[in-house]
Amino acid sequence: MVDETPIDDTKTRISEYSRRCADSFTRETRMEEPTKESEPRITTDSLSMSYGEFKALEDITVQVPRRSITAIIGPSGCGKSSLLRCFNRMNDLVEGCRVTGEVKLDGEDIYAPGYDVIQLRRTVGMVFQRPNPFPKTVYDNVAYGPRLSGVKDKERLNRVVEESLKKAALWEEVKGKLKGSAMNLSGGQQQRLCIARVLAVEPEVILLDEPCSALDPVATQRVEDLLAELKERYTMVIVTHNMQQAARVSDFTAFVMIENQGEPGKVVEFGDTNHMFTNPVDERTERYITGRFG
Amino acid sequence: MKGSNGAGGRERVIRFALFAMASISIFSVLLILLFIFKESLPAIRSQGFTLLTTNWSPNVSDPSAGSYGMLAFLNGTILTTLGGMALGAPLGVGTAVFIIQIAPERIEGILRRGIEMLAGIPSVIIGWFGLTLLVPYIARVTGTSGYGILAASIVLAVMVLPTVVVLSMEALKSLPHELEEASLAMGATRWQTIRHALLPAARRGILVAVILGMGRAIGETMAVQMVVGNARQLAFSLTERTSTLTSRIITDMGESTGVFRSALFAQGLVLLLLVMLLILGVKLVSRDKKVK
Repeated sequence: MVDETPIDDTKTRISEYSRRCADSFTRETRMEEPTKESEPRITTDSLSMSYGEFKALEDITVQVPRRSITAIIGPSGCGKSSLLRCFNRMNDLVEGCRVTGEVKLDGEDIYAPGYDVIQLRRTVGMVFQRPNPFPKTVYDNVAYGPRLSGVKDKERLNRVVEESLKKAALWEEVKGKLKGSAMNLSGGQQQRLCIARVLAVEPEVILLDEPCSALDPVATQRVEDLLAELKERYTMVIVTHNMQQAARVSDFTAFVMIENQGEPGKVVEFGDTNHMFTNPVDERTERYITGRFG
Repeated sequence: MKGSNGAGGRERVIRFALFAMASISIFSVLLILLFIFKESLPAIRSQGFTLLTTNWSPNVSDPSAGSYGMLAFLNGTILTTLGGMALGAPLGVGTAVFIIQIAPERIEGILRRGIEMLAGIPSVIIGWFGLTLLVPYIARVTGTSGYGILAASIVLAVMVLPTVVVLSMEALKSLPHELEEASLAMGATRWQTIRHALLPAARRGILVAVILGMGRAIGETMAVQMVVGNARQLAFSLTERTSTLTSRIITDMGESTGVFRSALFAQGLVLLLLVMLLILGVKLVSRDKKVK
């Protein structure tokens, strides 16, 4: 399914990649890069994760293809959010959390010693379960990331804010109240603002942790439409407990579950979404997606 | 609830008892206000605007012949309070950030208890510490008496720490964890997250902490009186002896009669007004929060 890449090739690719990262305004050209298209953006190999004594995930091997949406589904507590948080090392923040195995972003092991976590999190953005805008203005929310990386020029900030809000399909609704508090927006608008805030950092991958679970159906619909648009440019991984959502928005699906209480979560099946939902290979997948447990 | 039976009757008694207790508390506040106002009236009548000048020349044998301008002491109160907050507020907020954000959870409790213990130290002890350690040290370094606004500010900074730290900690703790995650997930460092996401989000709570700390500093008497020098003069230099309203009242109340005594009450009235202004400030800040 995936082409084997010689090591040297990988190395040049990495250095070229980091050079491009340095200049955040070469997105368009980077997106046109044809040679990397067929290779997955994120790969894990025998990834295991534990919180202290408790093993949450075991032997996870998945590949996240570029410019597509990969859904992680599974019953509550199976570790799907934990898996997602391995991709931008947000698990580092949890005391006693340990990750073994490999997680590679564009072929580079993100858990290697000395790896720049700050840069990783700029490349791999994250949207959370509950909309969590800062209690600042709409403008300051979106400008947060660029300002952190030292952008001070007003013109440039204005441009980034406008572009990001447009990409997040929020511009028309908030362009008159950029200086108003983000807390006054509706839940759905807040979540799209959070997406805009992530986009402003110019990421390449966006992780979404049940982004619609706190939204009503109309707001959910808008976010899903937005994801479909963003797929053209970004690699996305979405954790969802909503099977219909996974079926609607994703191209690939990983089904994670825990066999017995206290055991770690494992990937039962991983593959093309349409295929998995119409013709699951594993019996447990079938039982889950037809709603017989979970 | 109409209570002609036993249970209803008891209910009524309890209700009345609680009402009485609440009335006593509120009544005593009113009483104090009224009393201080009434006692300061003679001075306000006979001195008028002289009360708000720097002319302080009391006459013990014939009080009505003296002059009782409190401006020098009001100045002392304001400068020592501002000095105390200038030192205590950053120190307190920094401590709160450290305890909540940086310190491992295990030692958070220990640190918190340590700070709370500081709140329990009687002010005379802190004043004494200032008198025996701080004043001689300042004297040696600056070549002055060592008493004055600087010594008082440092002592006050220590005294407002518990208020500022504990309330700032509460403000930081009440922030949703998602805020921190959002910032870190965007590639912010821990310091950037504290500086640009958490502190701004907690700023109202921290402001309340600082204002309440200020209230404590304004009213502090014992510790300040021990280190401020108690000179009856206007001072702007950090190491010049001066007085605050509180230290003046406690120093002079023994020997004062008549208008002199009434002038001290007038100083108390000014203190009260200052504190009420601060409470009003807290009200404004926290009401703003509800609107969001």
